[in-house]
Amino acid sequence: MILSDIFQETYTALSSNKARSGLTILGIVIGIGSVIAMVSIGQGASGQIQSSIEGLGSNLLTVLPGVVQPGRGIVSSGRGSAQTLKNEDVDILKQITGVAYISPELQRRFQITSTGGNNTNSTIIGVNTEYQQVRNVSVEQGSFIAENQLRGMGRVAVLGPTVAKDLFADSDPIGKTIRINKVNFKVIGVLASKGSGGFFNPDDTVFVPLTTMQKILAGADFLSTIAISVQEKNLMPQVQDDAAAALVAKHRVDPQAPDFSILSQADILGALTQVTDTFTIFLASVAGISLIVGGIGIMNMMLTTVTERTREIGLRKAIGAKKKDISMQFLAEAVMLTFLGGVVGVLLGWIISFAVSILAGIATSISISSILLAFGVSAAIGIIFGYYPARRAASLNPIEALRYE
Amino acid sequence: MIECQNIAKIYKDADVETAALKNISFKINDGEFVAIMGPSGSGKSTLMHILGCLDISTRGKYFLDGHDVSTLSDDELADVRMRKIGFVFQSFNLLPRATVLRNVMLPLVYAGIKKEEREKLATEALTASAFPEKFWNHYSNQLSGGMTQRVAIARALVNNPTLVLADEPTGNLDTKTGEMVLDTFQRLHSEQGRTIVLITHEPYVAEHAERIINIRDGEIVTDDKNHHRRLINNNNAL
Repeated sequence: MILSDIFQETYTALSSNKARSGLTILGIVIGIGSVIAMVSIGQGASGQIQSSIEGLGSNLLTVLPGVVQPGRGIVSSGRGSAQTLKNEDVDILKQITGVAYISPELQRRFQITSTGGNNTNSTIIGVNTEYQQVRNVSVEQGSFIAENQLRGMGRVAVLGPTVAKDLFADSDPIGKTIRINKVNFKVIGVLASKGSGGFFNPDDTVFVPLTTMQKILAGADFLSTIAISVQEKNLMPQVQDDAAAALVAKHRVDPQAPDFSILSQADILGALTQVTDTFTIFLASVAGISLIVGGIGIMNMMLTTVTERTREIGLRKAIGAKKKDISMQFLAEAVMLTFLGGVVGVLLGWIISFAVSILAGIATSISISSILLAFGVSAAIGIIFGYYPARRAASLNPIEALRYE
Repeated sequence: MIECQNIAKIYKDADVETAALKNISFKINDGEFVAIMGPSGSGKSTLMHILGCLDISTRGKYFLDGHDVSTLSDDELADVRMRKIGFVFQSFNLLPRATVLRNVMLPLVYAGIKKEEREKLATEALTASAFPEKFWNHYSNQLSGGMTQRVAIARALVNNPTLVLADEPTGNLDTKTGEMVLDTFQRLHSEQGRTIVLITHEPYVAEHAERIINIRDGEIVTDDKNHHRRLINNNNAL
């Protein structure tokens, strides 16, 4: 029996019962389609997070107060609650070789009011002049916070584009006055849009001089973060170690239980991709269950077909078909069903992920590997769920099969 | 040539042994037209299964073209059936969703014959079974009973078998179409020298053969030349 004969048999068998074949294929279409769509959403999300973390600044080390416990991620660590980072720490860290820029930051949320009466609740970050280089932000209008404003506790503010829009709509905010926590600030600049960075949106932020933040707004002399920009990527592990050693010495704490944490981008990225990977696996396994249900549908249909065509199988055996010929024929039918389901399912998954990215604005990405995987899985399902019915057909006794009513 | 030596077939059901065939021996030479006749339960179907290599005997030996086939495995038996045996069944057993031509070519598919060759052999077989050419591309479920059985005969001939086994070939047909089918067998026998074994319970049908083997209760009762042979010469009027 050559391949084209098997194809012809398969075509005849499947097309003679179109409704049943169609419904069985639909089970696989839904399974494969949802696997493709779910994986593409997961991959798209992790790709988006990765690019936005890299956009936060290159070769970045982040020093946080308190302990970030490994495995618990940075979300649940109570960031900002500890008050162990002080301004003096910055001076020590500056002396480490390999450090390009250093940006001490103190972050709080306050109510902000414009003179026009609009108000918003945003994150206010007290920064120094190097924030721009470390965090990779650029000013679209006006200027960033300057050295003299930092020294003189200037009541000036640089707005993120979202805040600027909320407070001043379309009018030019430069030179206008805003009130942060009942203190007047003059707007000196507006940043260019950067887009959301996952948990932190730099566009929805107001920047003021660190000194103003500490003395006037927060009334505290500690820092919520120290961001360090390292000169070169390969210096990062060394700078991370040196910084940790310097801070341990300064704070006089046990190196095994420091009162601060230093995270590199890789750490943050790792924690986040761990989240998105788990998410993707969860979605894909839910979709995978529907694929298994589809496979059971295939098996069900094939068993029905074998029973219905018992006499035909008997005849085929009587005229010389061997076990292998019969099992190949039925296996080919099952694989053809799942393969067709796979093709349509990939298309469906692609359409779904396309629709999701357009309608819900979630980035999706379909990789060649996930398409190949879908085809492989659908063919495998055909073989796995078609094997038992095919073997059952092949092992029929020709005499009994011919007599079957 | 076919030779059965002390063939016995015993079915075991739980602890009860039932002998369907007891000690059957006979010989059929090439070119003979033999009817195996017996009432239901006589063991003729069991004998047909053994002659057709669908089953093997419990005891005794069965030689087909000089080869002992009584000890072969399932797949080896399938191979023998493919090369040496053509079946015609009472219930036709054609593939309903396939054309006449495809039905006839089906044994050649399993024999691994090339596509071009298949069509040539199939048309030859259809011509030999006097099947009109205008129906060659019809679906087999659009044909009348007599025509359907001729397709089945053509299918039995297509692999040029040593033995054509017809199991109650007229059982589902009326007398007139039944005679047409029997006539086809007679002509295949006289014109092409085919070896035909006809299994039936009707003496009337058996009388179309040259020789009649009568079985009852798994044993041969008589094995004689048919002295009142019925010959049909109606020139295949349909």
